[in-house]
Order: sequence, then structure tokens, then C-alpha cells
Amino acid sequence: MALLAITVLGHDRPGIIADVTAALALRDANVEDSSMTLLGGFFAWTLVVGSEAQPAAVAADLAFLESDELVVSVFEVAERPASAGSAVPYVISVHGADRVGIVSAITAAIASFDGNITDLQTRLGGGLFVVIAEADFPPGTQEEQLRAALAEVGTQVGVEVTVIPAETDVL
Amino acid sequence: MIELDLPPGVVRPVVTAPEPVLSTRCSEVDPVDPDVVQLAADLLATMAVSPGCVGLAANQVGVGWRVFSLDVSAHPKTRTCHGRFVLVNPVVVSASRNEKAREGCMSVPDFTGDVKRATRLVMAGLLPGTGAEVTIETDAFEARALQHEIDHLDGFLFLDRVASASAVHRRKVYL
Repeated sequence: MALLAITVLGHDRPGIIADVTAALALRDANVEDSSMTLLGGFFAWTLVVGSEAQPAAVAADLAFLESDELVVSVFEVAERPASAGSAVPYVISVHGADRVGIVSAITAAIASFDGNITDLQTRLGGGLFVVIAEADFPPGTQEEQLRAALAEVGTQVGVEVTVIPAETDVL
Repeated sequence: MIELDLPPGVVRPVVTAPEPVLSTRCSEVDPVDPDVVQLAADLLATMAVSPGCVGLAANQVGVGWRVFSLDVSAHPKTRTCHGRFVLVNPVVVSASRNEKAREGCMSVPDFTGDVKRATRLVMAGLLPGTGAEVTIETDAFEARALQHEIDHLDGFLFLDRVASASAVHRRKVYL
């Protein structure tokens, strides 16, 4: 089955998810992964949907949302093989006074260790900027070097950075 | 219960992140120093006027000393409870049985976060005024609160301890 990536962004109201999924169900499109949140009060939803329908047809089905000041995009994505799974996951917490360039500086340092960010949230409240990133690093990554590099970048942009191994409790 | 013999306390203003004192390790102090004794009383006084506050570390009122106050007696998740007390130079003796729960903090008023903490805890420390050594063996919410406070003294906020990228939440209501 082909995969469609769909984004729905804009003014929030009750019923957006119900409306979108009703349209998708009529097309036999199956919601696989999705993530919805409010960003600065705006509705933001990203989905990966298994569907045989043409992207343009699904976009037409969802076009009615545009009258609600929602922006919808639909496009086909190629399926990729899953990664080998030997990566080492870390949670990186960042907080400090808000300024331009914090995310850029921190993520550049993560990338310099070949760290691949798998989950990221940034939040701003009362002048405090918070970034929590989960990232997979290659096996053999030197934890102390990673910590030191992120601490140094943190000092440069005036934020505290904590690096902790992401724990998975297998029950 | 822990006996307290402290002077009347004065309410002090609570500082919020990103105030640097919150990210700096606090120093050990003399528990019989009159300034430490006054700080202990002030922490309790400040806690008393802060709705929902169950613990307050010295650096939350801008003082970089290893002192915190605690009182979880009114909290519904409390099991073992040592009442209202202040510890100076506290250390964790043992900690086990981690559980995740959502925490807030007066110094991070806009967010809450899901943090794993030990639910069985032994902490040692000194009492202000007498310098008497006490060992607190506790569980559940008192254990969580004690670990949150000792983290403050080490320069860490709950934001440094969250379990995942989806573990920080915007606080909807601040008590």
C-alpha cells in the first residue's frame, strides 16, 4: 500500500480530527503514525496514512477544511527500510533565557556526533525556552565527549544542557 | 515528626528559571549559623503562603546554600510523612523503585514534566539550629518531593530529568 504524508495546520476548533478521519475512512485510507499538538494555540497535525488513493484525490476530499482557515497538504512518500536498531538513544534537555539560535546551536552539535533526532519539542513560557530532544547516536559514541560538546555549546548560547541515556524498561 | 525550634520566618520572593542560581550547585553550610537558621524559618514562611507548595530549596529564594524545607502532609499522594521540616546539607543514602509521575515547580511556573523518581528513599541531613543529624526513611510522594528538592541544591530542575521529548507539558492552571 502506498503511503501518504498529510499535514493539517491552522486555527483550532473542536472536530478537526473527526472531520479529517471521516474523509480518510471514506477513502479506505488507514491512519498509521500521527502526531497532533497545539503550537502557540494553532492546531498542528502530521499523519502518515496507508492508502491506494491518489494524493490529489485525498487533497480534494480535505479541501473543505480550508474554509476554516486550515492549510492541508497531501503528498506521497516512499517507504524506507527501518534502521538497524543498534543506535544508542539519549534524551537531551535544554533550558534557558529565550534568544534566537538556541535550537540551531544545539542541533548542530548533535549532528556533529551523527546524532539523529527522533523526537523534539520546543516550548516557550514566560521567557524560559525549553528544548527536549531524543536522539539516536551511533554505537561507540563517547558519552563524555558528547556531554562536554553540548555543555560548551550551551554556554555559548546561555542555556543549561543535560544529557541522559534514554531508558527502556522491557517488562 | 521532626521537632523544629526556629525564629519567626519572613516571606522571601521566589526566583524563576532561567535565574542562574537555580542552575548552580549550592554550598554546604553550618546548620547552627544564625543566618542559616533564619533562612530555614524563611523557607517555611514562604512555603506557607505559596498555595500547593510542598517544598522549597534555598536557591529558589536566591540563596546558594544546601538547605530546603518540605511539608507534604496535605498532599493526597503522601503515604509516609515526616511533617513540616527543614534539612541542611542533605544527602541521599539509598534510593530504589523508580516510578514516573508529573511534577511542577514554583521556579518553572509555565511547565510540568514527567519524571522518574525513586519511591523508596533514605535521606540524611542536619537540622537547623541544633545541627542534629537525622535520617529520613520514606516513600511515595515524600520521597519524590525530597529528590526534587535535593536536585535543586545540585543545580537541576525537573526539566533536566524528564523522560522523553513528549514529557514536558504546558501548565494549564498554576495553583
